[in-house]
Amino acid sequence: MIISKQKPFEEILESLKNDDTVYIVGCGECATMTQSGGEQEVADMKARLEEAGKKVVATDVAHSACHELDMKRILRQNKEAASEAGAFLVLSCGAGVQSVREGTGKHVLPGANSLFVGNVKRQMVFDEKCSLCGECIIDEYGAICPVTRCAKGILNGPCGGTNNGKCEVDSEKDCAWVLIYNQMKTEEKLDKFMTIHGPKHWNAVARPGHMDGRADEAEKGAS
Amino acid sequence: MGSYREACESGKFVISGEIGPPKGTKVDTMLHHIDLLNPLVDGLNVTDNQSAVLRLGSMAVSHEIVTRGGDAIYQMTCRDRNRLALQNDLLSAHFLGLRNVLALTGDHVSVGDHKDAREVYDFESVQLIQCIKKMNEGFDWAGNELEGSTDFYIGAVVTPESDPIEPQKLKYEKKIAAGAQFFQTQAVYDMDNFQRFMEYSRGVTEGKDVKVMAGLVVLTSVGMAKYMNKFVPGVFVPDSLLEEMASVPKEEALKKGMEICARHIRFCIDNKVCDGVHVMAIGKEEIVPEILQLAGLA
Repeated sequence: MIISKQKPFEEILESLKNDDTVYIVGCGECATMTQSGGEQEVADMKARLEEAGKKVVATDVAHSACHELDMKRILRQNKEAASEAGAFLVLSCGAGVQSVREGTGKHVLPGANSLFVGNVKRQMVFDEKCSLCGECIIDEYGAICPVTRCAKGILNGPCGGTNNGKCEVDSEKDCAWVLIYNQMKTEEKLDKFMTIHGPKHWNAVARPGHMDGRADEAEKGAS
Repeated sequence: MGSYREACESGKFVISGEIGPPKGTKVDTMLHHIDLLNPLVDGLNVTDNQSAVLRLGSMAVSHEIVTRGGDAIYQMTCRDRNRLALQNDLLSAHFLGLRNVLALTGDHVSVGDHKDAREVYDFESVQLIQCIKKMNEGFDWAGNELEGSTDFYIGAVVTPESDPIEPQKLKYEKKIAAGAQFFQTQAVYDMDNFQRFMEYSRGVTEGKDVKVMAGLVVLTSVGMAKYMNKFVPGVFVPDSLLEEMASVPKEEALKKGMEICARHIRFCIDNKVCDGVHVMAIGKEEIVPEILQLAGLA
């Protein structure tokens, strides 16, 4: 899921300095799990903004804020509030914020910072294990992604900064290459460790990413 | 003065030093160090934004060393440049007469003085080694033919005190397989451990013309030694040396560090441990001549 963290309230307030009326949008998926924009956080934000003198014209927690059609539907259903709102404060990842962008021409602002695609380790503890590089190569690495989990994204083994199995960049984090080595040793595949890997195809996905599954299907049908 | 490569290939005990370019335009001290060391060593490394701290460039200083009659080992990290920029710099370096390249992945920007910079790592050391080899064979990374190939002597680094050591050893072997021709190690202090590493190394380099130079960083104080143990991954100063450094008054610590360094050089020569040494005095290059003298080399 997308791990996001609410921005400091002062920063949000500063962004809203020219807006008296605010429509708050949250997200029922990732931002709920990360407690940056679920029901509770949206209610708390409403209370804090009202305390700061703003008029909160509506709040909504979308099923998934990144679903643009759904977002447009929500804003249509709340046409009155949407037309009264000077600004839309979106408590979700940047994708959710830009779904709201598609549904209104007014001031839309992010209420959270999007951090990474994270695995849920336990409640409110998340780890980044995949960076959506467009070409998954982790079968070569015991299903441990060096692109993401090595601070330098090295594809051919540890740098000189391995420190007691930890990373020199952050001593709290495991050196991905020690994890990969141990896993490959367990699988008795250390010979594979010796494969020299060329650099990543960094443009495996042309950025900004776009996928039209329907076009792909149509193509399949035609062939 | 012969080239670093010639020295390495001649089978003599090779000595190199290191120049850390200044942060700014005041180059007097650096030029003094270059002139002081050029006649005494087979080559001088030039660091590339060492520790991810902005400095005068490695290519320009390497060129200056060559212009002043020495030979340079142009250090190149993958942190600040993508593959286009790396190859562009390699061609430029070759044009300027540089022939030795030390290929490094490079310290992460988070340890440097531009912490918000975007680190690149399009390539890393093994891939940079492969790339240089390919350019030596007349092709760029994408497989296009070069109008004139490069002729670089390809260097790399290895960390004999890495913890754990096993994955580091495999990486070392990959660097050799990728085309590294010489190695300079991360600083070593425990000569017994280094000897063990070199025994292993001889096994994996057998039949290959690969040279290994011991990296020796001069200890300047007991505090510095302790600091390295605590904060520099892959560097281990054994207790016996900490005690030796602590056994003399503070003002004599540097002298003691120089003695230890000279002793380690001598140890490597007398026991045929490795093919040479790479002496790093980190800003105190004026002490290097005396260290070489103490080791009976000058």
